[in-house]
Amino acid sequence: MSEKTTQKEKSSRQSMPEQKAEVRKRNFEEVPLGYSKEAAMAEAKRCLQCKKPSCIEGCPVGVDIPGFINLIGEGKFAESIKKIWEKNSLPAICGRVCPQEIQCEGKCIVGKKAEPVAIGNLERFAADFERLYGKGEIPSKMKSTGKKIAVVGSGPSGLTVAGDLILKGHDVTVLEAFHKTGGVLVYGIPEFRLPKSIVASEVATLEKLGVKINCNTVVGKSVTVDELFQEGYDAVYVGVGAGLPYFMNIPGENLIGVLSANEYLTRANLMKAYLFPNVDTPIPMGKNVAVLGAGNVAMDSARTAMRLGAEHVSIVYRRSRQEMPARSAEIHHAEEEGIEFKLLTNPTKFIGNDKGRVIGMECIKMELGEPDASGRRKPVPLKGSEFIVDCDLVVVAVGAGANPLLTRSTEGLSLNKGGYIIADLENGKTTKKGVWAGGDIVTGQATVILAMGAGRKAADSIHKYLNWGW
Amino acid sequence: MYKIVKREEMAEGTVVLNEIEAPSIAKKAKPGQFVILKANEEGERIPLTMADTDPEKGTITIIYMVVGKSTALFKTLKVGEGYQDVIGPLGQATHLDKVGTVVCVGGGTGVAVLYPITRGLKKMGNHVISIIGARTKSLLILEDKMKEASDEFYVCTDDGSYGHKGFVTEVLKNILDKTKVALAVGIGPVPMMKFVSKITKDYDVKTIVSLNPIMIDGTGMCGGCRVSVGGKTKFACVEGPEFDGHAVDYDELMKRLQAYREEEENCRLKFEASKKAA
Repeated sequence: MSEKTTQKEKSSRQSMPEQKAEVRKRNFEEVPLGYSKEAAMAEAKRCLQCKKPSCIEGCPVGVDIPGFINLIGEGKFAESIKKIWEKNSLPAICGRVCPQEIQCEGKCIVGKKAEPVAIGNLERFAADFERLYGKGEIPSKMKSTGKKIAVVGSGPSGLTVAGDLILKGHDVTVLEAFHKTGGVLVYGIPEFRLPKSIVASEVATLEKLGVKINCNTVVGKSVTVDELFQEGYDAVYVGVGAGLPYFMNIPGENLIGVLSANEYLTRANLMKAYLFPNVDTPIPMGKNVAVLGAGNVAMDSARTAMRLGAEHVSIVYRRSRQEMPARSAEIHHAEEEGIEFKLLTNPTKFIGNDKGRVIGMECIKMELGEPDASGRRKPVPLKGSEFIVDCDLVVVAVGAGANPLLTRSTEGLSLNKGGYIIADLENGKTTKKGVWAGGDIVTGQATVILAMGAGRKAADSIHKYLNWGW
Repeated sequence: MYKIVKREEMAEGTVVLNEIEAPSIAKKAKPGQFVILKANEEGERIPLTMADTDPEKGTITIIYMVVGKSTALFKTLKVGEGYQDVIGPLGQATHLDKVGTVVCVGGGTGVAVLYPITRGLKKMGNHVISIIGARTKSLLILEDKMKEASDEFYVCTDDGSYGHKGFVTEVLKNILDKTKVALAVGIGPVPMMKFVSKITKDYDVKTIVSLNPIMIDGTGMCGGCRVSVGGKTKFACVEGPEFDGHAVDYDELMKRLQAYREEEENCRLKFEASKKAA
């Protein structure tokens, strides 16, 4: 009996200290507070150090997970982060936003009988420890090749490409359309989930390594891809993200108070509108907020609305809980913060007042039918089940499509039906010589880590090209 | 920083001209396109259609009316100071073609946007008739430049202090009664564009208007600038800012422009108070 208890104690996962739901739901500070040294070392010791680690298979960039965890267990934190850096240049970010439960942690053997090793929390610990207490060492660069690369977009895939290629001795310039670097990491993901100072510090490291960053540069408008080659660039990587918000295409969508999640989150995150009027960009303060969709972006929007002082926030989703695409941690956090889930519910029209402001929406109940192309059961409307949901702010978070600004201005770049760039998934090569692409503009809206994985492969391919040709 | 090299106050100080160093934008920009400006770290991103560009000098010119906190802040910027961020050129350029006789109608600061288009249309060899208006004489802008870019030129003031007493639409109607016009361009306050388009529709004259809805990124990413054109939703930042004047839902646009009215007013009052205190 006592032996069993010991075993169980040993196998229970170190819980992540968090801000209490009642407190955090009204502030923008980060929710999980991070492991202490002791907690990290204890958690690291739960790792079985498998001979054939399946966690690594679950990682899109192939981090040596048992390797870095073992070093944490031994208290060798500086060595641990170096082990991660071999494969992942943005660990402080990935530790926070990767969907570990379907990647590394989903494959963890410990997870078969107990909770899996908290790989994400440990990755975050190693990265944070280095940022806060490290010596600020930067990796050494190979000698200069004299080759110039333009990286379009400073989101996760662009930053990965820039980081990899600068180390290989190339001359790298990142072109960003916004006035700030980070792409979705700064305009999309909220401060309470990914503090912007962390993104800034990752970018600062790249700059220290010699990466040049040109903000306010909208490729396709300020300059075209072909002009970049004329300016002397030898290769161009396109990592511009999806960046075209989908709407519901139902009546009343242009009422005031119906916003895309891109707009809502950009106001809150990039423009820091939650500090209004101490900053100049306003954001609608909904009392009764409905967020359409159930992905990470929807959770971020709902939790932002709560933090901006909403009295009631609901997630409105046409399928059931099982099909919700958000990370489980985000769904859990949203629930703890008092966000209501109106499932199997689909809006059919928005209702406005005489000033053109939204005051509610008509919804219809759904039921799940046969599986559709995505493999998920298809939601079917229940006839005659329409009802009204009162709301004064609606955030539409039902996904994004391919923004055509760059692709339309670039000849020779083949696109698929959805307008996404056709690129070889093994190496990121597009149909245009000298041009690579990766991340959401190739795959459609996906995750930070998948974009980074695509960036890594493209960087290897670009390096080969610069040495040996297309 | 994007440095201001020339600054001028117009229309009793309610309108300000800035010529700004932005060589790469100046090189690329075409009439009808806009830029987004942000004054400082805490600043808002404000879209403004360019009033002029000088590719050789590497400068662009914007002319804006002081309405809220952001434009009030812009107004405080002196020559030698500048904007933290200027992004562009954005949006579609005006399709300039030789079509015959064109009428260019401008109201308020809309005249600033209308000017490069008028000049472009004249350069293409069109017979250009221009009508510009303001509430009163002292609020008129760019009169000389517009006159120079036109073959026929009319001025209107609401109070009759100068030119025709009344609205630009009245002069427009007179012209359409006597002249066969191939194209009309109307740029100004939304109600003016609405009524210009109403009249030209009666005469079946193709009409272009330039819209200035609320925007953040200007690259099609946020959808804040949605306008209904011919019953379809368009993003003004990438598909506009110019649209078929006969198809735009002006009432919806007017409402959407009021989305942050209260917030903007509070922000502006706070700024005025802090300026006074300083």
